[in-house]
Amino acid sequence: MNREPLLEVRDLSVSFHSRDAVVHAVNRVNFVLHPGEVLGVVGESGSGKTVTMMALLGLLPSPPARISAEAVRFDGQKLLSLPPDRLRAIRGHRIGFIFQDPMTSLNPVLTVGYQIMEPMRHHLGLTRVQARDRAVELLDLVGIPDAARRLNDWPHRFSGGMRQRVMIALALACDPQVLVADEPTTALDVTIQAQILELVRSLREKVGMAIIWITHDLGVIAGLADRVMVMYAGQIVEQAGVGTLFEAASHPYTRALLGSVPDAGGVRRDRLMAITGQAAVLYRPPEACPFHSRCDEAVARCREEVPKRHSCGEEHDVACFRR
Amino acid sequence: MFVYTIRRSLIAIPTLLVISLILFLLLDLAPGDPTAQLPLTIPHDVKERIRESLGLGEPIHVRYALWLVQFFVNEPLHLLSELTGWDLADDRQRVISWQSRSPVVDIVMERLPQTLWVVGLSYVIGVLIAIPVGIVSAYRQYSWFDQVGTFVSMVGFSIPTYFTGILLILVFSVQLGWLPSLYDTTLRVTDWQSFLAQLRQMIMPVSVLALYNAAQISRFMRASILDNLNLDYVRTARAKGLHERIVVLVHVLRNSLAPVVTVVALGVPGVFGGAIITEQVFKVNGLGQLLIISIQANDLPMVQTLAFIFAVLIVIFNLVADILYGLLDPRIRYD
Repeated sequence: MNREPLLEVRDLSVSFHSRDAVVHAVNRVNFVLHPGEVLGVVGESGSGKTVTMMALLGLLPSPPARISAEAVRFDGQKLLSLPPDRLRAIRGHRIGFIFQDPMTSLNPVLTVGYQIMEPMRHHLGLTRVQARDRAVELLDLVGIPDAARRLNDWPHRFSGGMRQRVMIALALACDPQVLVADEPTTALDVTIQAQILELVRSLREKVGMAIIWITHDLGVIAGLADRVMVMYAGQIVEQAGVGTLFEAASHPYTRALLGSVPDAGGVRRDRLMAITGQAAVLYRPPEACPFHSRCDEAVARCREEVPKRHSCGEEHDVACFRR
Repeated sequence: MFVYTIRRSLIAIPTLLVISLILFLLLDLAPGDPTAQLPLTIPHDVKERIRESLGLGEPIHVRYALWLVQFFVNEPLHLLSELTGWDLADDRQRVISWQSRSPVVDIVMERLPQTLWVVGLSYVIGVLIAIPVGIVSAYRQYSWFDQVGTFVSMVGFSIPTYFTGILLILVFSVQLGWLPSLYDTTLRVTDWQSFLAQLRQMIMPVSVLALYNAAQISRFMRASILDNLNLDYVRTARAKGLHERIVVLVHVLRNSLAPVVTVVALGVPGVFGGAIITEQVFKVNGLGQLLIISIQANDLPMVQTLAFIFAVLIVIFNLVADILYGLLDPRIRYD
C-alpha cells in the first residue's frame, strides 16, 4: 500500500492530570489509516483505544487531558493545531462517530429526525426539507422500517439495536471519509450485534468510507477488519493484516489475548487461558515494556527499555525485543 | 395531555374542598376572639350580641356551609355582575371581613397589584438572573465566575431577607439618602416624575427578594446542568461538530430545564402569598402584610379566604409544573 494515508498519527501521547496523580493513558502511538480501509483496534479496557481516537478530534476535555504529538494529519490538515472552528468543521462532517452505548448516546428530549438532520444542516447547509429527505434515506439505508414516520419519534421509543442504527445514520449523515466506531456493538445482544456488523459491512461497500473499529471483541475484528492494531497500556504493541494477526501473532500479549478467546465451534479445551496479573496503569511515562510483568518471555532488557515497533514480516510490526 | 389536564383539574375540586374544610376547622380551633380587641368597658352581653351578629352563634357546620355558598356562589355572581353590568347577585351576602366590614375579595383585589408588582417582579428578575448564571457557573465549573457566583448565592440564600432589607435601608435610605425606606402605595404613576419615584421605591424591596430567589434558583440550574454535561449525548453532540453554544443551549439546557421549571413553577404561589417579612420591612401593603394584620385581629373570614386562595394557587401551579415537565421531557407523557 503506497497510497497517501488519509489519517496519519505520529507519536501521539495523552495524559490525564488530576490534583494528585498523572495517568499516562496513551504513549507515543503511531498509526496510519488509508482511504477505504477498515482498521480494527483491540485491547482490554483502559488500554487507551478510545482515548486515542477522542484525542485526535479534540473530544477530550482539557483539563484534565493533555495531548501532545509529533504530527496528526488528516487529509493534509494538522488536526491538533487547527483552531476550534476548523476542527468542528471536520468533526461530524468528514469524520463520523458511533459510540458504545446507544441507550444514552442520543439526546432524550430531541426527536431522532432533529438529531440526524442537525449535522447536515450545520455542515452542509441543507434546508429543513432537504435534510429531512436525506434523513429518510439514511434511516432506510440503516434498515429502520417506516423511516419517514419514525423521524418524529423520540429515542426512547427505539430499542437498543434501533438506536445504534440511528447513531450510524447520524454518523453517516454528511458522507464522512472516516467512521470511528467505538465499541458500537458491546452494549447490544449478540443477535443485534450480528445485524449491526452486517449493516456496517454492507454500508462500507455502498459508501466506501474508511472505518476505525474499536473493540475488545476479537471475533468482530476477524470478520470485519482489514488491518488490526493491538493496544496495551496506551501503546500499540502489534500491528498486522487481519489474516496475519490471527495466524501468526507475534507479540506475547496478542498471543495471550487470542488464547483467551473461547472457541465456540471447535473442540472444547480443558481451560481457557487467562492472562495473569492486572493491566498496567501508568502513573509515570513508561520506562520499560508495559507488558513485562505479565509476560512469560520477559528478559532483563524488557524491564529497562521501552521496545520500539519494528517490522517482522510483510505489513506486520511488533513492539517486542524477543521478536 | 389534554385529557390528563382535564382529569387533574377535576380531581383538584374535591382536594380543594377538603382543604377548605380543614382550614375552616383549624381556624375554628385556634384560640382568639374577634371581640377581644374591643374596649373592656363594653358589657359582656353586648359583646355576645356582637359575636352573634358576626355569625359565631351558629354551629360550625352551618357556618362552613354558609362560607361555601358565599365564596363559591355569591362571590362569583358579584364578580360577574360587575363585569357585565347585569344584576345577577341581587344583594346576596358576600364574605365580609370582620375587621373592616367590607367584602374580603375587594380588599384582596386592592392589595394584589402591590404584591404582584414588587414580589412578582422580583421573582421574574430572580429567574432571569438565575438561569444564565446557573448555566455559566456549571459550564465553567470552579472558574472565578463560578466561585463568585457560589459565594453570592450562599450569602443570598443564607442571610434572611429582613436582614438584607434592613441593611439596604440603613445604607441607601439612612446613610446615603438615595432611596425612600417606605413603599408609598398611594403613589399613582401619571408622568415621568411619578414613574421615577415608583421605580426608586421599588428598587430595594425588589432587589432584596430577587437576590434571594436568584440565589436559590441558580443553584438548581447549576446542579441540573452539571448533571447533564458529562452524559453521553453531550459527547455525541460535540462529535457532530456543533458549536459549544449549541451543545449547551440546545442539547444540555433542554434536558436540564425540567427540574428547574418545576421549582420555578412551584414558587409562583409564593409570589401571590407575598413575601410576608419583606413586605413588613418595606411597608408594602400587599397580601403578605394583609395576612399578618388579619391574623392579629382574629379576622377569620379574611384569613380563611386568603389561605384558601393560596391553596388554590398551589394546586394550580402543581398542575402547571407537571404539564411543563411533560412538555419539556417527551419521556414523561401522562395519557
